[in-house]
Amino acid sequence: MRLAQSFALENDLIQADCIEATEFPDLSSRFRVYAVPKTIINGAASIEGSLPESFFLEEILKTLPAQETGSAGVGDTP
Amino acid sequence: MSLLREQDAIEVRERLKAMTSPVRLVHFTQELNLDYGRETKQLLEELSGLSDQLKLEVHNFLLEKDQAAEYGVAMVPATVICNGQAKGIRFYGMPAGYEFANLLDAILMVSQSDSGLSAESREKVAAITQPIHLQVFVTPT
Repeated sequence: MRLAQSFALENDLIQADCIEATEFPDLSSRFRVYAVPKTIINGAASIEGSLPESFFLEEILKTLPAQETGSAGVGDTP
Repeated sequence: MSLLREQDAIEVRERLKAMTSPVRLVHFTQELNLDYGRETKQLLEELSGLSDQLKLEVHNFLLEKDQAAEYGVAMVPATVICNGQAKGIRFYGMPAGYEFANLLDAILMVSQSDSGLSAESREKVAAITQPIHLQVFVTPT
């Protein structure tokens, strides 16, 4: 959770929601949350569990359509 | 009866002394049909009483739709951690147990404007030019 929040603090385009899964069962069920933490990216891709900072960021960047600037090389590997 | 135990309140007050700028907790809730709505609000009231730098704003989700939209709040209970214009960090549900520690971390991080990320990550995150919505599902234990 901490990493998602850190990203949100660094860039206003990023929104980090921390969702208490048991209080929002419909949403949890929609995103097939069976174990936590589980991170959903733009309502589609997901990351299960906790990852170290650089891996978590790479996983997020991989899901984005190619950007015009920055992040050269990111997303090269499947 | 308070939700925060006396000893916990003392420790939290101590931790919040590390705040370097004010943080607003913008809370959206509703009176009826909301599990833990009342407890969540009470917890935030107790928490915000532990630092002069922490201000709690409570909004009625059903009556204040414009405010909810402004803060991007889609469901309740919701708490947005704000400092200046930034409002990208939200908590949905009651931040109890492990999530309470998480909330404290978020408050301190926002107050100190320090994400704690490596220089390399900061650069990559700053280069992102499209909106990203991260929904992290957690449980209190």
